[in-house]
Amino acid sequence: MNITPELVERIADLSRLELGQEEVLETAAQLEQIAACMDILNRLDTRGIQPMSHVFPVENVLREDTVLPSQDRAELLACAPASDGETFLVPRAVE
Amino acid sequence: MTWETVIGLETHVELATRTKIFCSCTTEFGSPPNTHCCPVCTGMPGALPVLNRRVLEFAVKAGLALNCSITRHSGFDRKNYFYPDLPKAYQISQLYLPIARNGRVDVRTQAGDKTIRIHELHMEEDAGKLAHDPATGLTRVDCNRCGVPLIEIVTQPDFRTAEEVTAYLEALKETLQYLGVSDCKMQEGSLRCDVNLSVRPAGSGELGTRTEMKNLGSFRAVARAIKYEAARQIQLIEGGGRVVQETRRWDEDRNASLPMRVKENAQDYRYFPEPDIPPIRLSEEYLDALRAAQPELAQAKRARYQREYGLPEYDCRMITSHRALARFFEALVELGVPPKQGANWIMGEVLGALSQRAMEPGDMKLTPPTLARLIALVGEGRLNRNTAVKVFEAVFDRDGDVDAYVRAHGLEQVNDDALVREACAEVLAVNPRSAADYRSGKEKAFGFLVGQVMRELKGRANPQRVNAILKELLMQ
Repeated sequence: MNITPELVERIADLSRLELGQEEVLETAAQLEQIAACMDILNRLDTRGIQPMSHVFPVENVLREDTVLPSQDRAELLACAPASDGETFLVPRAVE
Repeated sequence: MTWETVIGLETHVELATRTKIFCSCTTEFGSPPNTHCCPVCTGMPGALPVLNRRVLEFAVKAGLALNCSITRHSGFDRKNYFYPDLPKAYQISQLYLPIARNGRVDVRTQAGDKTIRIHELHMEEDAGKLAHDPATGLTRVDCNRCGVPLIEIVTQPDFRTAEEVTAYLEALKETLQYLGVSDCKMQEGSLRCDVNLSVRPAGSGELGTRTEMKNLGSFRAVARAIKYEAARQIQLIEGGGRVVQETRRWDEDRNASLPMRVKENAQDYRYFPEPDIPPIRLSEEYLDALRAAQPELAQAKRARYQREYGLPEYDCRMITSHRALARFFEALVELGVPPKQGANWIMGEVLGALSQRAMEPGDMKLTPPTLARLIALVGEGRLNRNTAVKVFEAVFDRDGDVDAYVRAHGLEQVNDDALVREACAEVLAVNPRSAADYRSGKEKAFGFLVGQVMRELKGRANPQRVNAILKELLMQ
């Protein structure tokens, strides 16, 4: 796979990461190496094998539908950079 | 040229669980902002989501009822996007292995019966509420809705008219309400739908470019938006233009759809399997148990009411229009009320009283034993029907003891012929002209005289007896 600086910039933009020109080039080179490893793995014949999303043999981790007290609002709001005592405040997102 | 409209629907339905999908915060509606939140649903680093057992159960039940095949080995995925309505910067949803697929819903419109295919049904979390604060120029975020469980039901592009879409939504709502998995209140946002629409020359096998419409607040808005958008696209193409694939917002006040400003790249969600939630494997025993516990749905009830009780199709539709009404009706029949009488009271007085009060059948205070007793009193000839309706009005809002009410207000029907005869004679004596009018062939006068007798007996007389005795006296 060819990881171009343009592709890195686009992914960085989607991830809200600000990368300098040097960082873009450096990241592109590193991602290129990672992609090359993936290409090796891709040579394996995996037909008929269930894709694995977890390394632990754990399934069906479920909880009961029972209400527990929520967190104190002041404590939660205190974790955010800005609040008005009731809601989180963020830069304008709606018109 | 004749155009054909092609429509597909994505419907989000809020599940009626007590707690959120991945944490134990309550799902209760309408509380002060951010009071139903915890580290999980506000996306604090290190917090781990754990799936609510009932969400899984409700999703499977819905999938079964919509004739889907249930995915035995399912899982969750991350849908990444930056928008403050979900503080994690991703929504936990299902892309690769949705819980249910390939279903169908049969709908009936005036144009005939039709099958709508369900592409898939998946579980996901709702997002929070954003509000612009003019005072600060900032956006206020309320995370109470974050993590409220949803199922999204995606159809194939099988609809051709707004009527088909409305019929589908009605059927979907009815099914989910009967299952008890959602209350489907559109005004509270527990049922929301997005409309994907394109147009093509009639007979063409290819699909045109589609738009997606959001912000449809009622079934009526859905129908209006479809008609508007189809007309807009046709006009655009006929004028030499091209439809642009975009998301549009329905503006109910302006009766128009307007393009939403969507940033470039925004549709790239970079889905990947959710590492925080282990896969879900459903056993045959689990599915068999849920299948066995499925309640009788509206369509089956309608068929059974026609078969077992000989009720007209119209009555069956009315009674099964809401699960609470159907339950009420079945309870009446169980208490010995003749089915047709029970149906008449439900379609007449009960539905009338509910609509007068803009009330949902589920919130009704009146209980089946009370109405059954009232109907029995009419059957036994102890109340006439008009008086029974008055008693009904009196007990509807609070329920109560019908016999005690009848006694306390002296409403019991006068079945004593001597009393009726006395009243009739008196009325005839006071109204000689009306009596003469009737005898000379004016039928109208009879009604007036009956009314007078009923008034004399405070509305409690048996109307059949009044008619008979009055006629007898007039013949003399």
